[in-house]
Amino acid sequence: MTALLDMNRLLDELEAGLRNIMAERGVTSPALIGIRTGGVWLADVMRKRLGLEEPFGELDISFYRDDFSRIGLNPKVKPSSLPFSTEDRDIILIDDVIMSGRTIRAAMNEIFDYGRPASIILATLIDLGARELPIQPDVTGKVLALASHQRVKLRGPDPLHIELQETGQ
Amino acid sequence: MTADQASKRSLQLTSDGQLRHFLTLDGLDRALLTDILDTADSFIEVGERTIKKVPLLRGRTVVNLFFESSTRTRSTFELAAKRLSADVLNLDISTSATSKGESLSDTLLNLEAMASDMFVVRHSQSGAPHFIAESVTPGVAIINAGDGRHAHPTQAMLDMLTIRQHKGGFEGMKVAIVGDVLHSRVARSQIRALNELGAAEVRVIAPGTLLPRDVESLGCTVEYDMRKGMKDLDVVIMLRLQKERMEGALLPSEREFYRLYGLSRDKLALAHPECIVMHPGPINRGVEIESAVADGPQSVILNQVTNGIAIRMAVMSMAMGGRCQNVTRNRPGGIRRDGDQQHRWSIPEDHQWPAFAAWR
Repeated sequence: MTALLDMNRLLDELEAGLRNIMAERGVTSPALIGIRTGGVWLADVMRKRLGLEEPFGELDISFYRDDFSRIGLNPKVKPSSLPFSTEDRDIILIDDVIMSGRTIRAAMNEIFDYGRPASIILATLIDLGARELPIQPDVTGKVLALASHQRVKLRGPDPLHIELQETGQ
Repeated sequence: MTADQASKRSLQLTSDGQLRHFLTLDGLDRALLTDILDTADSFIEVGERTIKKVPLLRGRTVVNLFFESSTRTRSTFELAAKRLSADVLNLDISTSATSKGESLSDTLLNLEAMASDMFVVRHSQSGAPHFIAESVTPGVAIINAGDGRHAHPTQAMLDMLTIRQHKGGFEGMKVAIVGDVLHSRVARSQIRALNELGAAEVRVIAPGTLLPRDVESLGCTVEYDMRKGMKDLDVVIMLRLQKERMEGALLPSEREFYRLYGLSRDKLALAHPECIVMHPGPINRGVEIESAVADGPQSVILNQVTNGIAIRMAVMSMAMGGRCQNVTRNRPGGIRRDGDQQHRWSIPEDHQWPAFAAWR
């Protein structure tokens, strides 16, 4: 299946979708934020494709996960880094894969702790459905329907490629 | 690892190696200490945000249980817990319910009935937090905020974080701990941490009257002459002269102590030019350290204070993570129980602390 997922085509879709929605909403100077790890790689690519000069932000949502009391803290947590103020800014939030929606909820909670943005556009490379929260991306590279024992993961950063994983269930 | 260290490790860690309590650095390996430092590094950034809070401990109750007063340590624990979104109760036991006739046992029973999730314990008796950790309801975490002359592990870890920030790591580092080692709980924790993290040399510099017997067995060398001891140092950690703990005349005078062991500009000049100066506070200016040094360019004393909050956030969140499946919640009547293990809170006057007997 991963052979069918041409990375350049996915990135083209993501870029085109972002250009459309930015034009539709009148967003001319967005602040780009990637969710670690895959979202950060994509933010780097999209920043160049969209011709944005401002550095992008990196978000580590470990301190905002809703399963902390079940699984504890991610030992690989790294500090988030937003090299701009989010107050009254139009934000583009990017992640590699959306499934349950919980990661995006955590990311938005964290963004609001830096200040109140004017708007957030959510872009994900792959949408696996299986949502547990009412959160939908504005832009998606591709919608995939996987078997319950399958997952996809973005590998990178150079080259970026999609890996299909069997969870063994 | 000694049997004593193994016992401390098993009390502090879960079967899969996660932090359950934080009582001492004994038995904790370099990987775990590094995890604590890395996590604290991430929490420093939280303190720089507009909203200096993360939701990790939202809905949890942290009780600062201070049997011995300490404004600075208590404040940083309180701030750390609040930045993790916990509800915080500060109890100065020496001036609270126990002074109205309530027994310590009853005070603690009441705190359990309030469904507390974590006790931060400071006690003048070495081993008291261990005792409480052995007695407490499963699911409740105990953090040692300083016990007797035994340990002050969060202070030692914030010092390690400060050294790592300024020196990049511990390999090849020559570190001296200067002053009242005899009464210092933090010195023991610092020596243990520095050795585990790979410092090249840990020196203690003090008069013989302010050194514990067999201090070398802790993992350090001894130097009585401060001018000799300052040679090639990368880090100098000054200790507070614990005037309130002095029993008998251990020093001829503070002035004499300052002349021989106080950190003045001329003594600091004998160390490596980029040597950093640390002090756990509060500073006795002109006794342990000259003001010009405490406020000088090599001083990182205020960085230590900032790092104290981050380290305490790291330890608290690591100890509280993954607990909700294991906590025995309140039974009817409001008191948590755990079979025969319930509520052995009060510390008997004649209780023996074999592991720490020499440090009381």
